[in-house]
Amino acid sequence: MTTRTGESTEAGQRLGLVGRLKNGNIELWANLIVLALVIGFVFWRGSGFAITIGTVFAIWAILTVSLNLVVGYTGLLSVGHIGFFGIGAYSVAILTSTTDYSLLRTQSIPTHEWPFFAALPVGIVLAGAVALVVGVVFNRFRDDVFVLVSFGFAIISFNLFLNAGAITRGAFGIHEVARPNIVGRTLDGELEYLIMALACLAIVSLVAWAIVTSSFGRVLTAIREDEQAAAVFGYRVTHYKLAIWVISAMMAAMAGGLFSSWTSFIDPNSFILLESILLVSIVILGGLATIWGSLLGAMTFVLLEEGMRFLPFIPDVYVGQARQVALGVLLVVLMLFRPQGLMGRYKL
Amino acid sequence: MTQIPARDAERYALGTVGVSKNFGGVQALHRLSISIPRGQITCVIGPNGSGKSTLINILSGMLPLDSGMVIVDGEGLHVVHPYEMPDLGITRTFQDVRVFNQISVWDNIMVVLTRRKLLPALLERGKASQRERAEQALRDVGMWDKRNSLAEDLSYGQRKLLEMARAMALDASIYLFDEPFAGLFPQMLTRVKDIFKQLRARGKSILFITHNMDIVRELSDHLIVMDSGELLVEGDVDEVLARREVIEAYLGD
Repeated sequence: MTTRTGESTEAGQRLGLVGRLKNGNIELWANLIVLALVIGFVFWRGSGFAITIGTVFAIWAILTVSLNLVVGYTGLLSVGHIGFFGIGAYSVAILTSTTDYSLLRTQSIPTHEWPFFAALPVGIVLAGAVALVVGVVFNRFRDDVFVLVSFGFAIISFNLFLNAGAITRGAFGIHEVARPNIVGRTLDGELEYLIMALACLAIVSLVAWAIVTSSFGRVLTAIREDEQAAAVFGYRVTHYKLAIWVISAMMAAMAGGLFSSWTSFIDPNSFILLESILLVSIVILGGLATIWGSLLGAMTFVLLEEGMRFLPFIPDVYVGQARQVALGVLLVVLMLFRPQGLMGRYKL
Repeated sequence: MTQIPARDAERYALGTVGVSKNFGGVQALHRLSISIPRGQITCVIGPNGSGKSTLINILSGMLPLDSGMVIVDGEGLHVVHPYEMPDLGITRTFQDVRVFNQISVWDNIMVVLTRRKLLPALLERGKASQRERAEQALRDVGMWDKRNSLAEDLSYGQRKLLEMARAMALDASIYLFDEPFAGLFPQMLTRVKDIFKQLRARGKSILFITHNMDIVRELSDHLIVMDSGELLVEGDVDEVLARREVIEAYLGD
């Protein structure tokens, strides 16, 4: 790997599409392969499958794009992102809960019967508020210590979901989470839900894009490279770090809300530390400090996750483990030969 | 209270009064009082560990001071925050070149030109006036061609120049340079000397650290000699260099 990304893209502009492919332009290859796989899968498995992976993709992509703002652009390696996802998911599940629960014999929780579109903003704001409080403390840390404290946040939030049984039903989880309702019409169709999830992803990606292309975004990358030097040039780095941390948490909560209403059942197992680490891996896979990379990374992961179900030589019971192994191997190979990920320029 | 020279804002741009700094029992600076003349080049010399870099770190707010105060434009400050530097008209470079490695040369410069407050920064995407200034700063140090490279891909000398360009893009009135001449080959050396002379011609005040006595003689107007965190002697460069204790300590035989 002697050619650097910068040079290969500059050379690529002169070479044209075919030339770039022959030249081994990994970014282009990665895009084409993922695109081909998506098209292949859709034709093979049909539209129902496409709708499902599309929705799963949208939710994961909101998470990876938002996490990339913190990990890739600001250089804060957070493994606690899943906590904010959980706050969004539980807020929607709890606030939209209906009397259907009371019929269940197990531990019941108060019902609120809020509409989805009222509950979602509350979840987002709540996650933002929690992020603000947590962020004020976390701002003292950076590098490996930051990883550890964010690890702590993931553990604490999981235990809260598990043990605050009076509102979360603990390990029983919350069933029958309501689907969104737009002007009297419930979005119970899968296609409708896909469109809404993609619309949310589009909003999040657009906001993220606006942030990283602004002067604010440039400052984030400077903070990532040298916090003290950025400070000496007049930036209150703690404010910047706190701001992006809160924004990112709010985006994750949005994904959480979508997730709980889509699956209609959540329990604490969806919000374990492992999911957080998986998320960080996908961000690194797609490429740090690139939004397109995060979208591509999320799609690669979803294809891997769903695609492995159809591999004939892997028994169904092992599919879960197999895809984690596959992701792990992919990551190791990537770190060895292309540490900046599929699309990125920045290396950890 | 005795007269403090650095209080005279007309003559002095910057100074310290009785500044002390300890690092866990090791006294890096001990009751240091110095004054940096306005519009001149001031050089700090002293053996390794005499507290020269600590002085610059304190003046730029990167280290909190234990006691004493920093005087900027005649005003005494007991607490200096790094993020106040541009407002105070101070900028600096670092001994161990600290450019923003994994971003482009262009962004390294742009980052010091844009709005500092969160919301304005969020809504701003590189004004034409900022881009012109960034271009000028890069052309001044002959690095316009390198604008799309990552800073980490530059040579040591180029990174040093980039760091200087970044400091100059800020258009401060006081420049603190920590060993700007270390490790430069002759051609680069001349370039950096020219930058110093340009800055002085524009009425800027410079404080720099070096170990090279030829450069001290060639460039500096005012000289500060430090030893073990204390001021040994301070004054006009020719006077200071003529003194016995300085000759013995630095110039040998």
